[in-house]
Amino acid sequence: MTTTTADHPTRRDFLLVATGAAAAVGGVASLWPFVSQMNPDAATIAAGAPIEVDIAPIADGQDIKVFWRGKPIYIMHRTKKQIEEARAVEVDTLRDPATDESRVKDGHDQWLVVIGICTHLGCIPIAHQGEYDGFFCPCHGSQYDSSGRIRQGPAPANLPVPPYQFVSDTKIQIG
Amino acid sequence: MSGPSDYKPSHPALQWFERRLPILGLMHSSFVAYPTPRNLNYWWTFGAILSFMLGMQILTGVILAMHYTPNADLAFRSVELLVRDVNYGWLLRNMHAAGASMFFFAVYVHMFRGLYYGSYKEPREVLWILGVIIYLLMMATGFMGYVLPWGQMSFWGATVITNLFSAVPYVGDSIVTLLWGGYSVGNPTLNRFFSLHYLLPFLIAGVVVLHVWALHVAGQNNPAGVDAKSEKDTVPFTPYATIKDMFGVSVFLLLYAWFIFYMPNYLGDADNYIPANPAQTPQHIVPEWYYLPFYAILRSIPNKLAGVVAMFSAILILVFLPWLDTARTRSSKYRPLAKQFFWLFVIVCILLGYLGAQPPEGIYVIAGRILTVCYFSYFLIILPLLSVIETPRPVPNSIADDVLAKSHGRPVPMVSTAIALCIATALFAGSTRDARAEEVDTPPSLKWSFSGPFGTYDRAALQRGLKVYKEVCANCHSLSYVAFRNLADPGGPGYSAAQAAALASTYKIKDGPNDQGEMFERPGRPADYFPSPFPNEQAARVANGGGLPPDLSLIDKARSYERGFPWFVFDLFSQFQEQGPNYVSAILQGFEDSPPKDVPIPDGSYYNKYFPGHAIKMPKPLSDGQVTYDDGAPATVAQYAKDVATFLMWAAEPHMEARKRLGFQVFVVLIIFAGMMYFTKKKVWADAH
Repeated sequence: MTTTTADHPTRRDFLLVATGAAAAVGGVASLWPFVSQMNPDAATIAAGAPIEVDIAPIADGQDIKVFWRGKPIYIMHRTKKQIEEARAVEVDTLRDPATDESRVKDGHDQWLVVIGICTHLGCIPIAHQGEYDGFFCPCHGSQYDSSGRIRQGPAPANLPVPPYQFVSDTKIQIG
Repeated sequence: MSGPSDYKPSHPALQWFERRLPILGLMHSSFVAYPTPRNLNYWWTFGAILSFMLGMQILTGVILAMHYTPNADLAFRSVELLVRDVNYGWLLRNMHAAGASMFFFAVYVHMFRGLYYGSYKEPREVLWILGVIIYLLMMATGFMGYVLPWGQMSFWGATVITNLFSAVPYVGDSIVTLLWGGYSVGNPTLNRFFSLHYLLPFLIAGVVVLHVWALHVAGQNNPAGVDAKSEKDTVPFTPYATIKDMFGVSVFLLLYAWFIFYMPNYLGDADNYIPANPAQTPQHIVPEWYYLPFYAILRSIPNKLAGVVAMFSAILILVFLPWLDTARTRSSKYRPLAKQFFWLFVIVCILLGYLGAQPPEGIYVIAGRILTVCYFSYFLIILPLLSVIETPRPVPNSIADDVLAKSHGRPVPMVSTAIALCIATALFAGSTRDARAEEVDTPPSLKWSFSGPFGTYDRAALQRGLKVYKEVCANCHSLSYVAFRNLADPGGPGYSAAQAAALASTYKIKDGPNDQGEMFERPGRPADYFPSPFPNEQAARVANGGGLPPDLSLIDKARSYERGFPWFVFDLFSQFQEQGPNYVSAILQGFEDSPPKDVPIPDGSYYNKYFPGHAIKMPKPLSDGQVTYDDGAPATVAQYAKDVATFLMWAAEPHMEARKRLGFQVFVVLIIFAGMMYFTKKKVWADAH
């Protein structure tokens, strides 16, 4: 047998290393399409465009749930009492400190818009339940106040506020 | 894989593992230390190429299944949308579709190699039979995969192939009903084909393991056909065979990439871009090219049962090959007569493939019968006879002697066979084109900005074409795979997102139901698709004198015409793929007020020079000056036709520019890599020759 190449790695020269490197780089680069295809496709992205919601029919103390990008969004028309409760809290004592003012739009204090997904493990909290006049998650008992802030239970953070703005006094655009 | 390995890993942790599961030793003895004959030529790299292709097909197939919907109403659209919307979806689909053809191409080379060098002879009979089983599984897998896009050829291919089983006496119809899961090919059929198409490749992989196992027990055959006797005759699998196989694969990748990036529709049938229609059979039912020889045999026999039996026998006869050819000399290199008959047999197979794509009439039927007889004679008469009467030339004493003799000899025969095979393959691969023999005038070939390897769409033409579509075509034709947002996509007409949104808002889109449970109309959004002019097929037919104006999204890919020999061979190299736009442009200009006397045009139809049969339900849609162009382009029918055909080409393939751009990059990398592999292989083998 005249096979020495395999047994003596020291004899691998530049060509072998370069070819191996080219194969490795090419192989990794060609993996990209196989990974990238898992991301949302163009139709899904296009369907995630902003939506407009008419909030005029929502009476004081009521709320509606709309879907944006497959996520439930709570739009809550808060009562005076709810607003006062939310603002009476000492912010420093909260697990995820945030003022109520920072979670609503200026001049539209009665409207709370939050993504209705519990920050613990993704269940949908029930509105107007729990001890804080806000949301109660039935899965693992997390409780959010009337500003959507976490007050009790295993969830680590407040209910997130989605990007939205008031198009008019009775219409908001989410996204 | 023979006997316990004496492999001992160096790392203690690996030694610990190896004592409990000796898988590293198995890999080492199978793919590193395994002695491989040192005189193997490049035909032997096709085993590695096939393993690679199987891996590619499984990988791309599993991914396509993530985006595909196996439902008769949704399948066609889901394939189209995955090509259009999924990141690199077009690439993955082309890889899988072209991959099937490449897989079969490689398996045919592999089989002919086995045939030529007598690789089925003792002691490799089981190895060979396992190969035939793999081939049968591949055929079943390929067929069911072709059904999944649920186009016209999918549907009618499924109908024809499943009907083969109706030839079985007494229980045939029951078998067919069982296969269909209904009274005709339909949704249950599609569902089970999808399930089986996902399952069978893993069965193939399993049989491949057995195939490799049997190979490693019997040892590889080689061009000399003599057994390895001493260490002088062999080299270790790694690095010698691995590096050679990798070089073979890297060259094969060039061929594969050519189809993926430059000729994705060359091996397919335009009819499969028309959604399945159980009410209308395509003019010519043609299977994929790799089934054509057997299809020709099927059609040559004028009896249903006998035809089916002949077709299956043509494959199954391979199982008995080791006992039909009893000559003791394995390699045809040393069998002067067998060698000649082998090449005649190759030609017979290629010609059968050519005939399989021709209409079953006249001379083609007679030729098919003669060649069918030739096919079976090779196995049943020639090979048994040659085993008795042929005097083989002396074989070398050992593989080492063969290598030594070869280094003095000329490599001319190899080159000539390679050339012959290339020509034959080109002829064979292109033969599907001939299927649609029509006596219509061939549309003139126009010059398109998007043809060739660097072609791009002419943005102005796309915008003008959209205008023509909107103002004229859209009155009857839908464009339901194109969304308004696509108008702002890169590689498209070049509108901004705002312009696309503005155009969308001029359309009324039906939506709902709303909170009151009612459907309502709202202005279009970028995510919406172009709305159809008619609410359903029946309404479209009533408004168009019984004819159904086809959806135009894919029309430039769904229409084609015969190019004929030798053009389809040149097309493969010149990347000619513009039959669709040529046809669409020609149809729009092909109306003549006074048809030739010998062409009967029924009431409600119009004469068109380029339409198959000449009687088209569409009245002349365009006339000079009908659409106002803002950019100074001539307002003529010829210009309209060309612009709208360009626009529809983009509608049919919105990612063409990305495809060609990525294709060029891939080719640059692959050519450099193949070159590096060549020199690396030379270096590694330098001390073995």
